[in-house]
Amino acid sequence: MEFLRPETWDEALALKAEHPDAVPVAGGTDVMVELNFDRRRPPALLDLNRVAEAARWESDGAVVRLGAAVPYARIVSELGRELPGLALAARTVGSPQIRNRGTVGGNLGSASPAGDAHPPLLAAGRGVRVEAASVRGTRMVPVDDFYLGPKRSALEPDELVRAVHVPVAGGPQQFSKVGTRNAMVISVCSFALALHPADRTVGTGIGSAAPTPRRAAEAEAFLAGELAERGLWERGGELDEAVVRRFGELAAAAASPIDDVRGSADYRRHALAVMARRTLGWCWAGYTGLPERSAA
Amino acid sequence: MTPLRTEKNLVKITTDHPHGVGTDAARPDGILKVRGEFAYSSDLWAEDMLWGTALRSPHARARIRSVDVSRALAVPGVHAVLTHEDLPGVKTYGLEIQDQPALAVDQVRHHGEPVALVAADHPETARRAAAAIAVDYEVLEPVCTEEQALDPERYGYVHAPGEYRGKASGNVLHRQRVVSGGGVTDEVRARADVVVRGTYEVGMQDQAFLGPESGLAVPAEDGGVDLYVATQWLHVDRRQMAPVLGLPEERVRITLAGVGGAFGGREDLSMQIHACLLALRTGRPVKVVYGREESFFGHVHRHPARLRYEHGATRDGRLVYVDARIVLDGGAYASSSPAVVGNAASLGVGPYVVPHVSMEALALYTNNPPCGAMRGFGAVQACFAYESQMDRLAAALGTDPVELRRLNAVEEGDALPTGQRIDSPAPVAELLRRVKALPLPPAAGADLREMPGALSNTTHGEGVVRGVGYGVGIKNVGFSEGFDDYSTARVRLEVVGGEPVALVHTAAAEVGQGGVTVHGQIARTELGVERVTIHPADTGVGSAGSTSASRQTYMTGGAVKMACEAVREELFARGRARHGWTHDDLSLAGGKVVSEAGGVLASVADLLGDDAIERTREHHHRPTQPFDPETGQGFGHVQYSFCAHRAVVDVDVELGLVKVVELAAAQDVGRAVNPGAVVGQIHGGSVQGLGLAVMEEVVTEGGRVRNPSFTDYLIPTLLDTPPQPVDVLELADPHAPYGLRGAGEAPTLSSTPAIVSAIRAATGLALRRVPVRPEHLTVRRPEEG
Ligand SMILES: Cc1cc2nc3c(=O)[nH]c(=O)nc-3n(C[C@H](O)[C@H](O)[C@H](O)COP(=O)(O)OP(=O)(O)OC[C@H]3O[C@@H](n4cnc5c(N)ncnc54)[C@H](O)[C@@H]3O)c2cc1C
Repeated sequence: MEFLRPETWDEALALKAEHPDAVPVAGGTDVMVELNFDRRRPPALLDLNRVAEAARWESDGAVVRLGAAVPYARIVSELGRELPGLALAARTVGSPQIRNRGTVGGNLGSASPAGDAHPPLLAAGRGVRVEAASVRGTRMVPVDDFYLGPKRSALEPDELVRAVHVPVAGGPQQFSKVGTRNAMVISVCSFALALHPADRTVGTGIGSAAPTPRRAAEAEAFLAGELAERGLWERGGELDEAVVRRFGELAAAAASPIDDVRGSADYRRHALAVMARRTLGWCWAGYTGLPERSAA
Repeated sequence: MTPLRTEKNLVKITTDHPHGVGTDAARPDGILKVRGEFAYSSDLWAEDMLWGTALRSPHARARIRSVDVSRALAVPGVHAVLTHEDLPGVKTYGLEIQDQPALAVDQVRHHGEPVALVAADHPETARRAAAAIAVDYEVLEPVCTEEQALDPERYGYVHAPGEYRGKASGNVLHRQRVVSGGGVTDEVRARADVVVRGTYEVGMQDQAFLGPESGLAVPAEDGGVDLYVATQWLHVDRRQMAPVLGLPEERVRITLAGVGGAFGGREDLSMQIHACLLALRTGRPVKVVYGREESFFGHVHRHPARLRYEHGATRDGRLVYVDARIVLDGGAYASSSPAVVGNAASLGVGPYVVPHVSMEALALYTNNPPCGAMRGFGAVQACFAYESQMDRLAAALGTDPVELRRLNAVEEGDALPTGQRIDSPAPVAELLRRVKALPLPPAAGADLREMPGALSNTTHGEGVVRGVGYGVGIKNVGFSEGFDDYSTARVRLEVVGGEPVALVHTAAAEVGQGGVTVHGQIARTELGVERVTIHPADTGVGSAGSTSASRQTYMTGGAVKMACEAVREELFARGRARHGWTHDDLSLAGGKVVSEAGGVLASVADLLGDDAIERTREHHHRPTQPFDPETGQGFGHVQYSFCAHRAVVDVDVELGLVKVVELAAAQDVGRAVNPGAVVGQIHGGSVQGLGLAVMEEVVTEGGRVRNPSFTDYLIPTLLDTPPQPVDVLELADPHAPYGLRGAGEAPTLSSTPAIVSAIRAATGLALRRVPVRPEHLTVRRPEEG
């Protein structure tokens, strides 16, 4: 097996073009598992750990350009204000060791429906773009178009994820994930919610409850509509219990979960509704400054 | 051959602490383990060694039409490919019943059964070659459920009648009845004012030890083999291996390598025969190390069980009768199922006085994964059921569940349903009183980590309800039913560098429990020396029995004590002969022979000179009897051990997520030889019970294991592990060395029902099955009613 170690993006892209079969390695927390289990025998590995730019992020105040190889631990400690939904999700990933190594670029590369970075990226708004680079040039892929199927993404064989562009949060964001233990657990299902007061939209993301991560589009439209109709964006105030409940139902209805060893489809739908109601409660409290209601 | 890396352990476990029995003497291997320097069996290395691997069945039940190894043999770097046709001796082995083929013979009976072996110069080469073996399977419908197993004419025999070696017939592997007080007749039933019935289920738990099965087999010049392996009982490994290898036992020599946990999962053979076969065939050392997935197939699990119970009591809460049937799924091979059945049957009503009992426990052969020993051994499944029943009974009577238990609790002198009277302290009521009297933990604070779901951010307090529950259990210590599981110890006293040093040699497997610590403590106490060296455990000394059944401190600790006493007597005899001492109160302290009246008489160094005194002793516990097959009557158990728990949980009742807030325990250990280690056992055992309560299960479908990984077989993390106050009682058992009581298993029993009881208190649900899953608390409640 060849081990390719580029120092710059240009070198990395050239190597990827030359060796389309080469498997990129960022944190290695997915790749090494696959190799150990003998699920994959790539002819070459393309190590991105020497590409310094990949582990940097920058912000112009409106959009964060998150280098593909910034580990979760740094997202938690450095980006909690700009990207609160992603930071909350990052905090739930694996264990400290995994958070020190694992990256959003790797999560996108794997494109697993259970990847925890996906729901908050979907929720963070239409402006979220995956910067897919190759020697042919750079494509800015809207995150909605990125996930094609279980572990399949829009990335071409010669492309690498160079960065993810995520708008700086203009309102509250939440992420909630159900697992069957209290740490170090793969999601049974998860839900991300973001309120975007600037354009009066609502963003959602559902994890582990469909062949791909997906948004709950009807729930988003419903909530945005209710907030607008009732003038709640402007005046704040309590959310109607029926609105919260309906939002939960629509979130659950957007999923198409399966029964598997981690949980049943029924449970996943049920849990999504609960998480949608609760995250809405928390976001709304964050938006209005009212205390969180402890009945969901 | 280059020295084995385990020898590092030997050097470092020479102790020179003056700590004896009853102190928190430090573990001699503790620092190495904490620093990650301890050599485990997976770290073994020999120059020139090959790597062995097994090809395993992907099917739960199939006939093997043919096995073609030619493509595997053609892989460069492959040195041997073996099937059952290459077995030099008998083809089957087993702990109690020899029904398990070392390599599948014409059929496979469970998913993961080994079919062929490969030795190659690299583990990856071995794996690829194994994948190149072509096995032609005729896949058959597996026998998986109780209903299927009990109707073999319709669903098939797991072992065809001509091959059946179990202790009953059909697909029943073993059956034990216990009938006391004339059984449960209509007339007895009529005496009960209140009756509660329930059917309970326990899922298949795994030992989940962290060090996977591994070892190194080295062919010897005498045609025999030396095996370095992580196991629980060296001599019984050898007894099972030698006939399959076609060797006399003395040419199979086993040395214990560093063991990364066991919990019963290393009581059966895994890679032992395979590595030795390959080593003998190739003439090269062969190392085998399982990965995590193979480990799930490489050892037995805890028996899943269905338990039907009926309890009758008087209006004032006294138990009148228990009528119960416990069905244990033994899987494809017998392993230790008969003894598990014996425990479930004889301990199946719990630590309670029950005038009338009718109990039947049985183990089935199925095409599910083989099940056998795991911490708690048959008593765990029963405890979940009888403690659930005690809660139901308390609810039916409208009384306090702890008081109901205390009212019916056994005491010293009471008879169990087997007729055996408990002839040492049995402070069951007191243990319950103690856990109940502890202050309750405060409500959860605002920190997410204290909430169900923790940092997964599922609740900020919404839906969280607190519950409290109790449980108590009874476990036997040592092997039962007439078995003489003696232990041997050899102790040598000599002078090294002017100082007396004791060398303790046993075959006891140190699996993490701290046997090496207590052996040192005992030698220091008995011989008054500071320095003790623990010889590596091997078959160069007599059997120490198994590191299981909570027995090693009792049995091998007792043997070390006896051997030390014999050494001491010989030393005194020499002193008397040489110096004419007449004192009758000689003792050893600080390397000197002392007497109350005569003061310091001599130093051990002077008495011994260049000589050494060595004594070997066997420690046998008092004899027990087999249970009568029809009535279960008999003095079957050596000793009993009791533990009580109080669990406090917070349940997110909407999401079905559980946070165990606190798990308090009280246990009588007779004598805490090492109090710190005892508390460690109680903590660890309780957490293993927690795992069974809320997450741990090997899930099968049609006999196939669906979650053979730590991604999907979840065990508790630190955030799942609550504070665990422990109250240790020391009420000496007059029959046991130092009065001690085996401690390792009892805490695993009652923590599960205590936690489930607390979840019931929080949710109001019946919860008849463990592990309790989030969906059982929310959308799917099949066991309600
Ligand atoms: C113990 C454990 C626990 C885990 N827990 C979680 C969890 O809770 N939640 C979760 O979401 N995941 C979890 N994971 C999975 C994994 O950590 C995440 O998917 C992580 O985001 C992967 O990042 P990485 O940098 O390690 O990726 P790598 O393993 O390096 O790569 C993953 C995939 O992405 C490709 N890739 C990497 N970088 C790029 C790039 N720049 N461009 C294109 N392709 C690329 C690789 O070729 C590979 O296919 C866990 C893994 C382990 C081992």
